[in-house]
Amino acid sequence: MSNQSTAHHNEEPKSPLSHSSAAVVLSTTSTISTADALPASAEREEAQATVKVAVRDLSIHYGTTTALSGVSLDIAANEIFAIIGPANSGKSSFLQAINRMDLLRHNMSVSGSVLFNGIDTRSWRNVYALRRKIGVVFPLPVGLPLSIYDNVALAPRLRGIKKPSLLDEIVERSLRRAALWDEVKDRLQALGSLLSGGQQQRLTIARALSQDPEVLMLDEFSIAVDPVTTMRIEDVLKELKQQMTIILVTNLVQQANRLAERTAFFLNGECVEVGETEALFEGQVQDQRTLDYLQGRFG
Amino acid sequence: MTPSQPLDWSLFRAEAINRQNDRLQHLFMILFALMALLLVIPVVMIVIILLQKGWSALSWEFLTTFPSNGMTEGGIFPALLGTIWLVAISLLASVPLGVAAAIYLSEYARQEHWLTRVINLATINLAGVPSIVHALFGLGAFVAFFRLGTSILAASLTLAVMTLPVVIVSSWESLQAVPQAFREACWNMGATRWQTIRHVVLPNALTGILTGIILQVSRAAGETAPIMFTGAAFFLPYLPSGVMDQTMALALHLFTISTQVPDVPEEIPFAVALVLFALVLLINAGAIALRMHLRSKKKW
Repeated sequence: MSNQSTAHHNEEPKSPLSHSSAAVVLSTTSTISTADALPASAEREEAQATVKVAVRDLSIHYGTTTALSGVSLDIAANEIFAIIGPANSGKSSFLQAINRMDLLRHNMSVSGSVLFNGIDTRSWRNVYALRRKIGVVFPLPVGLPLSIYDNVALAPRLRGIKKPSLLDEIVERSLRRAALWDEVKDRLQALGSLLSGGQQQRLTIARALSQDPEVLMLDEFSIAVDPVTTMRIEDVLKELKQQMTIILVTNLVQQANRLAERTAFFLNGECVEVGETEALFEGQVQDQRTLDYLQGRFG
Repeated sequence: MTPSQPLDWSLFRAEAINRQNDRLQHLFMILFALMALLLVIPVVMIVIILLQKGWSALSWEFLTTFPSNGMTEGGIFPALLGTIWLVAISLLASVPLGVAAAIYLSEYARQEHWLTRVINLATINLAGVPSIVHALFGLGAFVAFFRLGTSILAASLTLAVMTLPVVIVSSWESLQAVPQAFREACWNMGATRWQTIRHVVLPNALTGILTGIILQVSRAAGETAPIMFTGAAFFLPYLPSGVMDQTMALALHLFTISTQVPDVPEEIPFAVALVLFALVLLINAGAIALRMHLRSKKKW
């Protein structure tokens, strides 16, 4: 199904994804709202297969400071979607709004809507279930003060899985998918914090994968990782794309170029533009600022 | 560098100002070291005097028999047991309450909310209230209002009220010392606040929380004022049969035989003081051992 949707997205330029215009945005929302009335319709299934995360007029404020204003964009299933932009452009706040971390931040207020699988995240009754569907990787690897095994087994355990054989299986699969298994399989009981920086970051990816997420959000994952490991993780991400949607916030424009099908450029809390990565890097931009940023003239 | 060029040695010579700074820095270091050493003197003196004057009265019998002959002879068994009773029950009351309050204040409350600030301020001020004031509060609240009478329970609860604020503050500090990133990582996995506290925050704050608690144990064991109005008796010829009975306690016993009873042989109060001191020392040693054990397992 994943290949199908990507192909669909590539071959048909008129699909909602290739555009970010308001008209198309409207049609997507209306599709979803009519589909709600007819749950069994094939139309809805297609909409779900295509758009994983739909963001509509999203604004984020911290007290009186605006972190993000009026962002609307669609993220397709099984794509790598990059968000680039200088510091303080609202990229991390954007990620936090998607998995509803605003509930845990007293001064963070979010307006607009985020549709996850076509359902407004604010109508999810169980935000914890929503967050489990979204794996998060932080800029600096956060190795919880636990063994390698327990780090990866934490999420399944929190979900109530107790059976050792099942946990073993999840841990092994997650570590394999994060390309860390071979390096740690003989010392699973060692502390996660004893690993090197690059290994720790892969450990946090494995931890995110242990949730079996539908979306993986990475926030500048390569900031504390050496170039060789960065390339390994990038290869991992290309593999993972087959099974999940990846949102990649990055400071490195070349990383977006290497990995992402589409890229959004954020600047000062505003989404300047969203486009096919290749086109953007070829200079087909709608806004001069995007080009300036991509070519390293600022930021 | 060509060999013909002479080396400029002035580059390596300490300037006068540097030498002066160096001397000053040495002077201060010695001063501070002396201050630190000064702290050791009273502790060593106390130990020496207690051992010198009290050791002769100390024996297994002293620890396990009742005082006799108007407390001028015999042992301290009921007082020792009473102190253990009082401390244990006060801990049962103050630890769950204090740790729960600290968890709320650190993990749930909005830090900038005025009520949180008022509670924090009240807690810190409560920690500074003199113990005799706690004693009067205990007398009014537990003995009279809740009709517990002068009993182990009333005295323990008074001790608990006295130690509670410090338990809260030290637990709060230990919880705050757990990196925020751990919580974030856990929340992002879909953990609830409680799961995060239970699996990540508490295990990592435990060392500090326990240290704070154990320091309060030694404080509760040593206090006299809070218990003398609320449940500790000067002398009882029997052991308490339950928490509603009065009891003797080491600290009050020491006060009594030192000031209230004539003709007590000199070595007996010193021996009582030695036992109290050893008890506190033992508890603190336990705290240090526990902390070292937990820290060796600390993982970040």
